[in-house]
Amino acid sequence: MLSIEVNSLSKKFGKFLAVDNVSFNVNKGEVFGFLGANGAGKSTTIRMLCGILEPTSGDAKVGGFSVMNEPDKVKQKIGYMSQKFSLYNDLTVEENINFYGGVYGLFGEKLNERKKWVLKISDLKGKENLITASLPGGIKQRLALGTAVIHNPAIVFLDEPTSGVDPIARRQFWELINDISDRGTTVLVTTHYLEEAEFCNNIILINAGKLIAHGTPATLKKDYLKNKIIEIECDDPVSAMNILSKEPFVDDTSIFGNNIHLSVNEIYNSKTQISDSIKTNNKINIKRIDPIVPTLEDVFIHLLEKGK
Amino acid sequence: MRIILNIIIKEFLQLKRDPKLFGVIFIAPILQLILLGYAATMDVNTIHFSILDRDKTTTSRQFIEKFTKSGYFTEEANVNNYKEAENLIDKGKTILTLVIPKDFEKDINRKLTAKVQAIFDGSNGNETSIAAGYVQGIVASYSNKLLLDVQNKSEKKIQNLSTINPEIRIWYNPELKTRKFMVPSILGLLLMVITIILMSMAVVKEREIGTLEQVIVTPIKPIQLIIGKLVPFIIVGFIDIILVLSVMVFWFDIGIRGDFFFLLFSSLLFVLSTLGLGLLISTISKTQQQAMMVAQFAVMMPMIYLSGFTFPIENMPQIIQYITYLIPLRYFITILRSVILKGTGFVELLPQVGMLFFLGVVILTASILNFRKRLN
Repeated sequence: MLSIEVNSLSKKFGKFLAVDNVSFNVNKGEVFGFLGANGAGKSTTIRMLCGILEPTSGDAKVGGFSVMNEPDKVKQKIGYMSQKFSLYNDLTVEENINFYGGVYGLFGEKLNERKKWVLKISDLKGKENLITASLPGGIKQRLALGTAVIHNPAIVFLDEPTSGVDPIARRQFWELINDISDRGTTVLVTTHYLEEAEFCNNIILINAGKLIAHGTPATLKKDYLKNKIIEIECDDPVSAMNILSKEPFVDDTSIFGNNIHLSVNEIYNSKTQISDSIKTNNKINIKRIDPIVPTLEDVFIHLLEKGK
Repeated sequence: MRIILNIIIKEFLQLKRDPKLFGVIFIAPILQLILLGYAATMDVNTIHFSILDRDKTTTSRQFIEKFTKSGYFTEEANVNNYKEAENLIDKGKTILTLVIPKDFEKDINRKLTAKVQAIFDGSNGNETSIAAGYVQGIVASYSNKLLLDVQNKSEKKIQNLSTINPEIRIWYNPELKTRKFMVPSILGLLLMVITIILMSMAVVKEREIGTLEQVIVTPIKPIQLIIGKLVPFIIVGFIDIILVLSVMVFWFDIGIRGDFFFLLFSSLLFVLSTLGLGLLISTISKTQQQAMMVAQFAVMMPMIYLSGFTFPIENMPQIIQYITYLIPLRYFITILRSVILKGTGFVELLPQVGMLFFLGVVILTASILNFRKRLN
């Protein structure tokens, strides 16, 4: 069953085409990753899907309602957590929950029940009277997510929810996302942490407003990346990369920390090709050359390079 | 309804958490009124002057005494020449030099016209013209006295001349105190400043911190959001009016002659337009600083200058007088002065009340429409 259906959605700001004819579907209850560089059009797409930005052309059905014609009904179905911090820093934890609950029409017993749940997932039981500004980043983020889904929406949009949060808090946050999705809520999440994308059921990648890849993390690696990926560890990766990028058996090169990732084509047959090539500069000392399972990052670098 | 109440509660909670803002809203108006009530006076009570007495006779000293004992003039120095007198004026120590020529006494005794010269510093025109009026008054009463003396001394009675003596009665503000005139208008000014500034921060602040976006994806309707934002500031405005009116009545001893509830009602009408302007500023501004600048320079300063608070509207060029018809503060100040000082009622002030209502509805509606448009 489809939760979101996007049909040829476009948004123009003046002459700038921010979102260019994007179509995709999201199944009910899945965690859907929405990837792309800053300025690729992720937030613009999400804001159109939330009914707060009118599309220039195309349409989308969110929870069964058209964002073009029934944005008010869409708003009843969704929760949204924006890129910016969305809680009132000068209110207490409980006052924030009461406010957002009230805004969604939750009062009395229903509100209390949901309040308990939000406090539980954000580890704030007994700390209802703390001023929100004083909470640590990870906790704030969980509280923000809790208030965004306080009304049990069918779909929740999370726009870069983990930016600026430490790795441990990020992992806890993703556990929470999985919990919410297990209860049947569809989660559409944008991120630029590619390791987070591995947790998603389905992913789309957009670049310059265009959709350039679509699939599960596994199929993306298989379908879009025919090449093998070789990881090389050596002393001077920048110089080594410059030498290797001129070789005919190499399609793409990229640096991951101290390592080089090479995307090699069918001309490639053995490690010696690489070591011979690097040795033309005798100052570089090779430590290791291994074929690896590609990461999503390899896939995206390949796709973005190809797109240029 | 519950959603609106929910927003109102939130606004008050935020207000409570911000002690500085709390002070600005409730303490500052009281202090400002007290301060301005004393400072905003155009009464000229102490005219500093110097004397160049070239006659140095009993009559000239008697004449000078009329000035120093009048209560309006303070003698700064007795100078010997024009140079010294000029020096005092240049330094700002005096605004007037009274020159009594030689033969002042002789001329009087010979029944000739005696002359005195009064040199004024005209750089503060208002103060100077008032001081010149006092000088003329004192000179006139002194000449009268001389005339009477002659009459009394002379053997044969001089025939009575018929004169017209106006008996002036000043109503509403018998002592012609500027304070009485200014304090009610300062009240209007304070109400304007507080409501425009608070409202102009209201939306832009939420936009800046990001909560506006979060709120507009909720099913809240723009109109609910606006009412939820307006109501707290209307309440704050009313609390301020009552605070400031109390200061006026109990501190400055200026009673309200007219209907108190009519005053509150017209304040509500006035606040419609100030909150409307605040909302408009808040909607078009990107940052709180920008909103502050627009509120101060583009809205409040022209409002104050064109409201008749500082300069009488009747003296403005016709074209500017037409512009003042669009200034809500103009009508509100008229209402405040009339109701407080004269006890004027609703019927007489109907045109002003009507204009306040009209401007309030137009401005607020335009702002709300603009706000809704910007959200989409």
